[in-house]
Amino acid sequence: MQKITREQLLDRAVALLSDGTVNSVLGWQKGEFDYDVTPHIFKSADELKEGFVWNDFCYANFSKYLVLKTDRIEGKLLVFLKPCDTYSFNQLLTEHRFDREKVYAIGVGCEGMVDVNKLKAAVDGISSIEATEEGLKVTTIYDDEPTVVAIENVLLERCVNCKSKKHVAYDELMGEEGEIIDSARFDEVAALEAMTADERFAFWQNELSKCIRCNACRDACPACTCENCVFNNPNSGVETKAPVTSFEEQMFHIIRAYHVAGRCTDCGECSRVCPQNIPLHLLNRKFIKDINECYGDYQAGEEVGMRAPLVDYTLEDLEPGEVLNRRGEDA
Amino acid sequence: MQRIGVFVCWCGSNIAGTVDVKAVAEALKSEPGVVYSTDYQYMCSQAGQDLIVQAVKDNNLTGLVICSCSPRMHEATFRKTAATAGLNPYMVEIANIREQCSWVHKEMPIGTEKAIILGKAAVAKVNLNTPLTPGESPVTKRALVIGGGIAGIQTALDIADAGFPVDIVETKPTIGGKMAQLDKTFPTLDCAACILTPKMVDVAQHEKIRIFSYSEVAEVKGFVGNFDVTIKKKARFVDETKCTGCGDCVDKCPMKKNPNEFNMGMDNRPAIYIPFAQAVPKVATIDAGACTMLKKGKCGLCSKVCGAGAIDYTQKDEFISEKYGAIVVATGFNVISMDKFDEYAYNQSKDVITSLEFERLTNAAGPTAGKLLRPSDGKHPHKIVFVQCVGSRCENCAEKGKEYCSKICCMYTAKHAMLTRDKYPDTDVTVFYIDVRTPGKNFDEFYRRAVEEFGVKYVKGMVGKIVPEGEVLKVQASDLINNKQMHIDADLVVLAAAIEPDKSARPLATMLTASMDTNDFFTEAHPKLRPVESPTAGVFLSGACQGPKDIPETVSQAGAAASKVIGLLCKDKLLGNPCIAGSNELMCNGCSSCERVCPYGAITYLDKEFRMPDRTTKIRRVASVNPAVCQGCGACTVACPSGAMDLRGFANDQIMAEVDAICK
Repeated sequence: MQKITREQLLDRAVALLSDGTVNSVLGWQKGEFDYDVTPHIFKSADELKEGFVWNDFCYANFSKYLVLKTDRIEGKLLVFLKPCDTYSFNQLLTEHRFDREKVYAIGVGCEGMVDVNKLKAAVDGISSIEATEEGLKVTTIYDDEPTVVAIENVLLERCVNCKSKKHVAYDELMGEEGEIIDSARFDEVAALEAMTADERFAFWQNELSKCIRCNACRDACPACTCENCVFNNPNSGVETKAPVTSFEEQMFHIIRAYHVAGRCTDCGECSRVCPQNIPLHLLNRKFIKDINECYGDYQAGEEVGMRAPLVDYTLEDLEPGEVLNRRGEDA
Repeated sequence: MQRIGVFVCWCGSNIAGTVDVKAVAEALKSEPGVVYSTDYQYMCSQAGQDLIVQAVKDNNLTGLVICSCSPRMHEATFRKTAATAGLNPYMVEIANIREQCSWVHKEMPIGTEKAIILGKAAVAKVNLNTPLTPGESPVTKRALVIGGGIAGIQTALDIADAGFPVDIVETKPTIGGKMAQLDKTFPTLDCAACILTPKMVDVAQHEKIRIFSYSEVAEVKGFVGNFDVTIKKKARFVDETKCTGCGDCVDKCPMKKNPNEFNMGMDNRPAIYIPFAQAVPKVATIDAGACTMLKKGKCGLCSKVCGAGAIDYTQKDEFISEKYGAIVVATGFNVISMDKFDEYAYNQSKDVITSLEFERLTNAAGPTAGKLLRPSDGKHPHKIVFVQCVGSRCENCAEKGKEYCSKICCMYTAKHAMLTRDKYPDTDVTVFYIDVRTPGKNFDEFYRRAVEEFGVKYVKGMVGKIVPEGEVLKVQASDLINNKQMHIDADLVVLAAAIEPDKSARPLATMLTASMDTNDFFTEAHPKLRPVESPTAGVFLSGACQGPKDIPETVSQAGAAASKVIGLLCKDKLLGNPCIAGSNELMCNGCSSCERVCPYGAITYLDKEFRMPDRTTKIRRVASVNPAVCQGCGACTVACPSGAMDLRGFANDQIMAEVDAICK
């Protein structure tokens, strides 16, 4: 597939700005380093030409930004959505979290984004990065000769296990449309399920004890868009729960997983932003796997207005007893 | 700060036998908010309630914790006590230290410890209780009866006679149910038709009763006093208002070879049919699966011969919406399938039949005009074997039959055996049984007459195998009393097949949110004290849908259900449950999760303007609960991700406080 270029996106964004279709553009801007690509709202063609980037580090899922930004701007906002972002986009529309009329969405093809942590582990002291045919040409502060790193080796987990290269929502598509992928994303969950209860407890105890409660996972999560999060609400009775003991600290992630169950599109932002590298996506993916097994395959965000199995009732639904039986002896 | 009084009940030895009630009262004294704590032998007695009222006055109590039986038992009692003492009734919490504590534990120390913990949880909750006032809702003075068998007929007649309009929904083309298929009824042997059909006519002629035959309940919404029901009138392709029931179409229809359901498939009926002569309504119905006009557009004979011009091939299913104050379930029973009982050769020989088929064989309106003839060759059977408990009391064969006793088989088998011997004295009749169960007025006398006067041979033991061989059925059985094997060459074998609830019952239970047991029988609100009410308010039970029943029992239950319905419909207003949900608009995201899980359709959305911290205004979509429709189930509060939805009386912080008190 022909990769879409920065210039193509830039030209289109400038055109849409100048013909008045949109008033501003939600895009990516280069940060201090080449891998530090941050979301930015561009207001003019000049600003776009100056700062807009499109490269292998445009991992941020823009869908959540629409909840806050569409209220604050005049006219329409242009947003670039990778295939996985479009699922969050639909899910948020299902939950009435932003006004579709205020958004012009361009679907952008994606071949996978780079996991900065993996890249840093592979190459120390990065000073600049250049994308080439062979891979990422990384120059460091130590060597004169750049190191070439194959992109396949440093992809984000969610891209390694990409579930779909097909966009499920857009006003306009740039580049070719991909397919929904029969990925192996549940293999890791299955491995966890195969553990004994004690092993599994030890696994999560170890992972979750790393948590520093920075709230990055919640803040990045496109399913976490509550007006007032229960963890910020002193009256919820939950807020005071999380930090009391090491056990209760872990409740934060478990409560959060329950809150997004059935709404999580498996976009992988939680694990990507976690500074402690906790594989948080596995909690959500376990829920997705269970929902698929108990109520039939369901992909949150596939369409707008879908009735999620957990908040829907049909006569065919499993009886609770049957769900219990499935858990087996060791659960 | 609350001033809480704790009252620990002994319930005689029910609680005090396993729980040290004095220690519980003492331990709870030091809980936050508790200013008074005591114990008493029977807290629900007048003296016990007086004690509570006095304690409220003496100590200026603001909240009560009663450590006693389940709130299902006496919560209402103690709420009234609180009201007498001048407190809001919802300032009472019950700690269930009987059903959930003393009854399930044997050791005093364990029971006492648990009772204290349960008491602490209740105290923690009362600390957060607020006074609640119930709302009112009107009562639609019309009842719906689902099922038009003898149960539904009797219930409908009794309600209508009290002056309230009643609609009967019956899935078959006629009302009458199973009783219409019976020949004689035990223990008096009057003919079923003679006592049933006048009631059917009464129903048809009653100005307060409407019959929706060939119809089903498609949707139920609402709640006690205010049910919104959609009834699906299946297309019968005959205009009910025009059809006179003359039967000309039935005679002329060329598609005559369709199994006749009314005669248990033992003869055929045409594609257009009237189930039986006394059908109500006496209107023809076209079987769409059998009619060539409907399938291929060819024929149309019935339309040509119909003098009334009632045939309408274009008729469509019709949906009717109606409001009801009460719903009575009378969906009845069916005979279980004999497919899995290979040992009785039911599928191999036409001469092995079920008891209901036997009823049709002996009925004057049946396939043999009442002559007892073998289905295979039309000859008189001279040796008949009756097998009881086929699929009933199946302890080890749950996949084939039922674990329960079908209750009616002992009596009808005695009836069949007796009538056979009476009409055909040259016929030898043997009944195989596990036990003969005949409790009931004049029931045992009836069975004894079959044995003593009519010479029916009763053999204790079961039939092991039946093998059709030529014209006879080789019956292999055991005689347990004489401890020997028996071999009988029978001409006809009658199986007393178990009965089960009608298949329509389970989806209906889901629509009504009424509970069922594992056998799909509807559950009563209380097995002894509220036998005709379902636990769902406004839904009542009549007949075999609640459990196996004979006609006398069904009719008395039907009357009882009717009296409960009348008691409800007499009221002009119902006091609602104040424990309903409400949404905190400042926290609501408008995500629709609550709306989707609400079984009552109580939640809608409003676009509301909010002032933002930066002095701008923002229009947000927020949930709004209709207090008249909300039943306080709490589904929305768990679905709400932000905790904006909360349930009065069971608020999130109250539940959390209870959990904290238990885990402390």
